[in-house]
Amino acid sequence: MNRSRRLKLQVFRVVVFVVMGAFFLVPIGAMFEFSTRGVGVGAPRTLVSWTTIATYPDLVAAIVASLELAAITSVAMLFLLLPTMIWVRLRVPRLNRVVESLCLLPLTIPAIVLVVGLLPVYRWMSDNFSNSILTLAFAYVILVLPYTYRALDAGLSAINVKTLSEAARSLGAGWGTVIFRVIAPNMSGAILNACLLSVALVLGEFTFANILSYVNVQVAINQLGQANAGVSIAVSVASLLFAFILLMVLSFVGAARRSLRSKPRASDPRLEAVWGQKA
Amino acid sequence: MTATGNPAIESARRPREGGRRLPLHWVGVAPFLAYAGLFLLLPTGIVVAGAFTGNGGLTLSNFSTLNQQYLIKAFISSIGLSAVSAVVGAALGALFAYAVATGNPRGVLRRIVSSACGVLAQFGGVTLAFAFIATIGGAGFITLWLQSHGIDPYAKGVWLYEVPGLVLVYAYFQIPLMVLVFLPALDGIRPQWREATESLGGSTWHYWRYVAGPLLLPAFLGATLLLFANAFSAYATAAALISQGDPIVPIAIANLLNSEIGIAEPGLAKALALGMIVIVAVVMTLYAVLQQRTARWLR
Repeated sequence: MNRSRRLKLQVFRVVVFVVMGAFFLVPIGAMFEFSTRGVGVGAPRTLVSWTTIATYPDLVAAIVASLELAAITSVAMLFLLLPTMIWVRLRVPRLNRVVESLCLLPLTIPAIVLVVGLLPVYRWMSDNFSNSILTLAFAYVILVLPYTYRALDAGLSAINVKTLSEAARSLGAGWGTVIFRVIAPNMSGAILNACLLSVALVLGEFTFANILSYVNVQVAINQLGQANAGVSIAVSVASLLFAFILLMVLSFVGAARRSLRSKPRASDPRLEAVWGQKA
Repeated sequence: MTATGNPAIESARRPREGGRRLPLHWVGVAPFLAYAGLFLLLPTGIVVAGAFTGNGGLTLSNFSTLNQQYLIKAFISSIGLSAVSAVVGAALGALFAYAVATGNPRGVLRRIVSSACGVLAQFGGVTLAFAFIATIGGAGFITLWLQSHGIDPYAKGVWLYEVPGLVLVYAYFQIPLMVLVFLPALDGIRPQWREATESLGGSTWHYWRYVAGPLLLPAFLGATLLLFANAFSAYATAAALISQGDPIVPIAIANLLNSEIGIAEPGLAKALALGMIVIVAVVMTLYAVLQQRTARWLR
């Protein structure tokens, strides 16, 4: 490469990185700035918006509900998906494609479309079963399926499921023992990834809750935004930081794991969005 | 001596898979299938069936009521918004990806960018809308700074809370998604191809026009389609930003479901939803075709 072209390339790269860096960092900085503003022109910086979060009981209730939903969704997702995936791998491999395409389907169906169909289901559930906000977890399990399927699939591909299960079975273990005491502990990293992803997705969820008329943290932030922008932006920043930390941890863990044992697989690239880059 | 004739050995053998036994291995998948059926397939079925039913019978009336000025406008501006957002996101994302790809492939910068893109591509909804309100909303950081320098970004009206504003806000998750999808294609380009072009007397223009361009085109178009579907499906960000009217289809659907306003028309909402499914399905099918074409040389 000759010198003038290399120089041009370097200038181009610097310009692109500066412009993109500004585009992505300024809005986050602006949220911090906005949430520490005092009342009135020229007022000093203050943390009032942050300290008054706890004085909004509706907001606190919504935060608690979202955290509970995140926990329930993670656990329910694991108990539903992990045994199924292991079982399909070991006993009914021809159903693998069916399970995979079911899990990836929520990526293709827009959330707003899915919720149109979920509305009658939820109306029936609230009449006959319960109208607690925690029932949202049923829908959230579907929402997180594509992402968690991918995480768990990567974990299962990295270990020899068949050998492990045959060894355990030949020593007299039942299927429950095989799944929860032999295979699961061998893929704890993947399970952690799947749970972190579920938590991040559930905490950021707005569409389902809003249409089904439940107040989770995002809906509460949105409602509060009309009355007190400072506080709602403070909560936004907090939830954002929380999700960023979760996903950054995951992304680095994922990158380290992938470089150890990588196996090419066909996938929907929107999943790569979570995995940092193409596997 | 063969085992087949010996009843003792025959019975000691493991029972053949399936056979006359209850097919137990299907039972293990049943909970998952039931769950997915109830919360994924049933809702989808309700949308499709509901689009064709009304007043207790099969009907196409939901589709004839679709033929209303504001709904047609919503579809047109939804498609327009998604197209503009996809093209802008794809172009800027491709530039960004190129800047990343020309750097050290194992460098810190690249790892930070790809990790950050993984996070930002998922970033949307209320938080994103608020981030932009805090930045260039009426009292936003950039707005105030510009105004103190004599520039008013809203001289021609406040565009942030309308469709043009959505293009800007959507770019925040579209560009990172483009980087993630397009980077592998750029990595597939080999420096030897450029050297070959040069040794044959080709210029930079020739290289991009006849070598790299045609190779990258399917990947670029495919990624653009993915971005289109991504913008077309987005609801939360727009809902947090736009409080009035039905400017785009997802918001129109939400308003038709909301009985508080007193205009709840679930049948019409389902017809709109079916329209979205059809558009996304067409786009994703085209995307899959292009993806296969890209995969042919991207190995």
